[in-house]
Amino acid sequence: MSEDARYRLVLAGLAMLVAVLFTLSLTVGPAAIAFSDSLAGLLSDDRGAIALIMREIRLPRAILGLMIGATLGLSGAVLQGYLRNPLAEPGLLGISASASLGAVLAIYIGLSAALPLGLPLAALSGAVLAVLVIQALAGIRGGTLTIILAGVAVSSFAGAMTSLALNLSPNPFAALEIVFWMLGSLTDRSMAHVWLSGPFMLVGWAMLGCLGRPLDMLTLGADAAQSMGVGMRRMQFLAVIGTAASVGAATAVAGAIGFVGLVVPHILRPLVGALPSRLLPASALGGAAMLLAADVLVRLVAPGKDLKLGVLTAIVGAPFFLWLVWKTRRTML
Amino acid sequence: MTLLKLDSLSVSLGARRVVDNASLEIGEGECVGLIGPNGAGKSTLLRATLGLLAAEGGIEIAGRSASAWSARQRAGHVAYLPQDHEIAWPVSVERLVALGRAPHRGPFDGLGPRDQAAIEAAMRRMEVDRFRAQPATRLSGGEKARVLIARALAQEAPLLLADEPTAGLDPSHQIALMRLFRTLADEGRAVVASLHDLGLAARWCTRLVLLDRGRIIADGAPDTVLTDEALHAVYGVTAFRATADGGMVLQPLDIVDASRQGEKNP
Amino acid sequence: MKPGRAYAQAIRRVAAAFAMAALASMANAASAGEVPRRVVSMNLCTDQLAMLLAEDGQLHSVSHLATDPEASVLAVEARGYRVNHGLAEEVFLMRPDLVLAGAYTTRATVALLRRLGFRAEEFEPEASFDDVRANIRRMGALLGHQERAEAMVAALDRDLAEASAQPSRAASAALYSSNSYVSGSGTLADAALGASGLDNVADMLGIKGAGRVPLEALIMADPDLVVTSESDFARPALAQENFRHPAFRALSAHKMAVSVPDKLWICGAPFTVEAVRILRRAAAGQPIERGDAR
Repeated sequence: MSEDARYRLVLAGLAMLVAVLFTLSLTVGPAAIAFSDSLAGLLSDDRGAIALIMREIRLPRAILGLMIGATLGLSGAVLQGYLRNPLAEPGLLGISASASLGAVLAIYIGLSAALPLGLPLAALSGAVLAVLVIQALAGIRGGTLTIILAGVAVSSFAGAMTSLALNLSPNPFAALEIVFWMLGSLTDRSMAHVWLSGPFMLVGWAMLGCLGRPLDMLTLGADAAQSMGVGMRRMQFLAVIGTAASVGAATAVAGAIGFVGLVVPHILRPLVGALPSRLLPASALGGAAMLLAADVLVRLVAPGKDLKLGVLTAIVGAPFFLWLVWKTRRTML
Repeated sequence: MTLLKLDSLSVSLGARRVVDNASLEIGEGECVGLIGPNGAGKSTLLRATLGLLAAEGGIEIAGRSASAWSARQRAGHVAYLPQDHEIAWPVSVERLVALGRAPHRGPFDGLGPRDQAAIEAAMRRMEVDRFRAQPATRLSGGEKARVLIARALAQEAPLLLADEPTAGLDPSHQIALMRLFRTLADEGRAVVASLHDLGLAARWCTRLVLLDRGRIIADGAPDTVLTDEALHAVYGVTAFRATADGGMVLQPLDIVDASRQGEKNP
Repeated sequence: MKPGRAYAQAIRRVAAAFAMAALASMANAASAGEVPRRVVSMNLCTDQLAMLLAEDGQLHSVSHLATDPEASVLAVEARGYRVNHGLAEEVFLMRPDLVLAGAYTTRATVALLRRLGFRAEEFEPEASFDDVRANIRRMGALLGHQERAEAMVAALDRDLAEASAQPSRAASAALYSSNSYVSGSGTLADAALGASGLDNVADMLGIKGAGRVPLEALIMADPDLVVTSESDFARPALAQENFRHPAFRALSAHKMAVSVPDKLWICGAPFTVEAVRILRRAAAGQPIERGDAR
């Protein structure tokens, strides 16, 4: 089968998987609603209980699962391509750590109690701040190594500040809330969260999506890519800001969810012929599928206990990644 | 037509002047060898020409100032083959060569018939078409080098700047590459290749530019540039010179100090 | 049909429709003056207060924590109610006209429920007996049983006074829990200590809220009474290591020691007075539970 045909097949398969998981996400929940009733309720216009549950509780959860998963997959693929390193992932730029710090501070000083969307807004501010710091540290002409180091610095600092907040918190309830939030969850998110984070994620996608061709050319190295017309400054801007906007918004709403951005591009790379521009849409779909599946599992495996999403992706992602490394250790770049 | 014009180009890395007031003009039909010892500034000169480094002085590409071209437009006029053979991902050879067509395509265009033709021609010329479906990272060093050259050829730019393109190739492929450069020059294009192998440079280039400590010491036909004095002063070697099969033969013999000190070698 | 009868039937139908609408709106959203008829509680502390103050049939569901005998004083009573896990979908289907929640950890769920049109009231955790009184009164007002609440507060005050009237031999006490945490000023445990006439060594060490105190400092502070909390988790944890430390064992072997069940002061309610009673008896030298370090 030609490479092109296989690529189209992969995309079609992933798209179908996402559609199935999205539907599954809509039909899983503590309320025992029959499959057909749930879908009918979603599409109907009445204000009955089923329709309300579907539209206001399950639909936002499914939409967020899809969008956040796509964000993590896409930004993971972009960062791996940009840094030319298969171990890169969205957390490397320190965006999610800073967003978490913003959220944690909001809980700590009581902002999350005062404003209904105070916590996501504070988290977004944290992400913005991180980007400004990274740009300042790395400079406009900063190479990829400088970016990585700046991201690690920001990440470490944000992590230390978060630990400090937990350490000094006199209120054990607030400390517990901080810890739970950081584990990542989509439970009981509403359409308000969708409207808040959606635009940022869409803007981020638009910026990251432009990087397909430049990333292809970056395969040959920064010098060769520049000689073929790639603007490195523009690329850095789009990669960093695009990641910040989309991953920042995702973390703001759902907490820190790891491994999706690392594992999904890894799995899909052989299936798209390792071409970065093809990996971008595939990873977006793959990430959406992975997160939707995790969110469904969270509700099926332990319906009574509030199992956190980030915990599940780590439990599944880490051993899977170990297996992947083991399997390809000889051919690993 | 002048494809490239450098006017007092200077590059400083920190306090050191790596390239010092270099001026030259490259026109169509030239196969130029850029020669000089290690650290002479050959790579820096090439990279500065492409705007990869900050430089003082004038750079004109195809008659216009380099800053007047957009990066993509410039890529249509000048192709660059870097020294390090970096291939980050196991992309197939055909796809890699196809990357060279990027300056001619819009951001979301597919590969048109002209693109396909250029890719095929480039792969055939470099004899890598039989690897077309293999991941480029699995090839040997020499095969990888040929694939990367094919990419630069596929770009179909009038001027090709190559940084040590013969490194890693076996003798037949080295000669084949120099032949190719000469053919490209004869077809009306131009090639500037930095070379360490003085024998290849002497035999195949139409013109040599000798660089030493950032300055252009000599610029002209191989026999006028590769004089004994020049080889002695710049490279510190003695050489054997002859003519064979219609071309110049140059073989460095020995280091200058050793032959002065008592005839170590016959 | 005669016109008179048709007219009467029409009136009846309209009246029935009106009644249905009125009932529906009452069931869905209790306005300020209405007494809620179907209350769902999502937090351990609001569970217990509601169980104490609600009338039969008023409280519909409590959180699953309320059925845990380690955490809940009213675990047995809690079994008589539907159990919820604090998820919006669950609560939605119960169609409550009032939702009771804590101020932490269920924030997203409370926000979503409010968005869906439910009335939700959040309670801050109690840090003093004044807080306990305030929360009891507020719960009473919300449930429409103000007199019951007032009676409860009066009984609380009486019991507190009674407990404090007993003689005491101890002057200072240390509240020592897992992970070397002590409860300083601003916690309910500290309030109970104060109500039983003891000084909290943590106060003297400047601890506010829950803080950690090194074992050395605790020994130097030389408390007359060592209070541990009897939360015996099924699995051992590093957190319990501090109780096994020889220095601590030495300290508690030579001092009066008493164990107070955590569940009495996790939530502030009338039963918190029982903690005061236990402390007072221990301070008076008649330990009801002569607890020792583990």
